Amino acid sequence: MKYVVAEASEIESGGRKIVTVAGRSIGVFNLDGEFFALRNRCPHQGGKLCEGKLWGVIRSDRPGDFEYRPSREILCCPWHGWEFHVRTGQSWCAPERLRVRRYEVETVAGEEIAEAADAGAEPADDPDAPAPGMVKGPYAAETYPVTREGEYLVVEIPFKKSRVSDRTASRSGRSTADR
Amino acid sequence: MIDADVHIPNPRLKDLFPLLPGHWVEHFDNTMDKGASQEYYPPRSPVAGRRGGLTELREAVFEQGGAEVAISSCLYAIDSIHNPDVAAALATATNDWQAMEWLERERRLRGSVVVPIGLPAAAAEEVERCADRPGFVQVLIPVRTEHPLGSRHYHPLWKTIEESGLVAAIHFGGAPVTPPTPTGWPSFFLEEYTAMAQVFATQLTSMIVEGVFDACPGLRVVFLESGFTWISAHLWRMDKEWRNLRRLVPWVRRPPSDYFREHVRVGIQPLDAPPEPAQLCEIVDQLGSDDLLLYASDYPHVHACDAGDLLLRLLPESLRRKIRSENARSFYRLSEGGQP
Ligand code: FES
Repeated sequence: MKYVVAEASEIESGGRKIVTVAGRSIGVFNLDGEFFALRNRCPHQGGKLCEGKLWGVIRSDRPGDFEYRPSREILCCPWHGWEFHVRTGQSWCAPERLRVRRYEVETVAGEEIAEAADAGAEPADDPDAPAPGMVKGPYAAETYPVTREGEYLVVEIPFKKSRVSDRTASRSGRSTADR
Repeated sequence: MIDADVHIPNPRLKDLFPLLPGHWVEHFDNTMDKGASQEYYPPRSPVAGRRGGLTELREAVFEQGGAEVAISSCLYAIDSIHNPDVAAALATATNDWQAMEWLERERRLRGSVVVPIGLPAAAAEEVERCADRPGFVQVLIPVRTEHPLGSRHYHPLWKTIEESGLVAAIHFGGAPVTPPTPTGWPSFFLEEYTAMAQVFATQLTSMIVEGVFDACPGLRVVFLESGFTWISAHLWRMDKEWRNLRRLVPWVRRPPSDYFREHVRVGIQPLDAPPEPAQLCEIVDQLGSDDLLLYASDYPHVHACDAGDLLLRLLPESLRRKIRSENARSFYRLSEGGQP
């Protein structure tokens, strides 16, 4: 299911917006005109990752050398400071085994959204159909008004059969190895 | 079996006279300066050991102890000397004396270059002078130093040691001008002795965090008489803190425990054993690698519990073999039969 989460002009370069879609808190980031969306829940202990500070990339091969790219693409969790790449969701410290859930974001014209909604693609008994009040069609805007003139950011949430809210998800058997 | 920590006694000052420039001989003869203090341990305590010669060492370490190679150090406290020229001259003379009186006479015995650690540039010169002399396999650095060993102050010395191909042996003790505990001067020997584990921990943190192993990726370090039961807990903490503070030290690109396992080895004597010795197996397991521990007797110092005896018999044969010889052989790059 695709969700309209913001007007494209609403998030300036270097900025972010935290939205709730399908029971999930998600941060949408604008890195120099490219948009990325991450789950607002740190894979470490569930901190509100997307509220963390953004940093540039710093690298070094030897003490005292600093190679710095001021790209502000490293997201630092406000709870314990673990770092994640906004582009990939990968953790800096344990990239092979730790990453935050990342979602596809695209920029879509209001016209296209409106047409898709008019086509009314969802059969009534589809278990994945949007809840009442959402915009019909492949795009859902939970409370978001869409006009034909605008440009919108659309986040795709691949649904599992039953929807899981952040609250239940955070209780479901995560390993404690990283605490 | 390879014994990674035995000691040759300190030279008497007059042993060094033939090896010292004439003006220093005159200086020692005519002044109150009688060179470095003699022992870290209280004289005549069991831990201070007895003063034997080469014959006693051969008998105890090779014949009875069964070592094929033993790595020795002389704990003559060059670092206690505050006159920089005396410190450098005595280090040079002590190394020549070790080579002539011990290493050249007993090829199974390997030695440690002593250095005036308070003067890193002079220390580096001494390392260069001795690096190619047969018999020397490492540089002896007392764990207590004036500055943390990772500080930039010492980086040129680490580079020299790395390039010389010698191991850096960081050993219990030291007599710098700074206190022997992280919070100041203790009142009793018991406090100083116990706090030495914290000094090792601080030096390990300093070397990893301040990027010694990033600046010198080929550097090999051995901890002697450090104990090892504190290490895992310390590494857990360092790894944890690294995850949120590593931006300040971006050269530390891997968890600190990785650096430790790659660059550092640890002698097993003296052993801080738990009251239930079987628990040692878990402590060894927590180190996360079978390559880290080196058999060490600490001859001629006598300790309350014999690490070789107590620890090794608890461990599986394959690990016992690694600790008794294979780890040291590969770390010191000794060939089968012990030739360098
Ligand atoms: S919860 Fe994010 S770093 Fe711990």
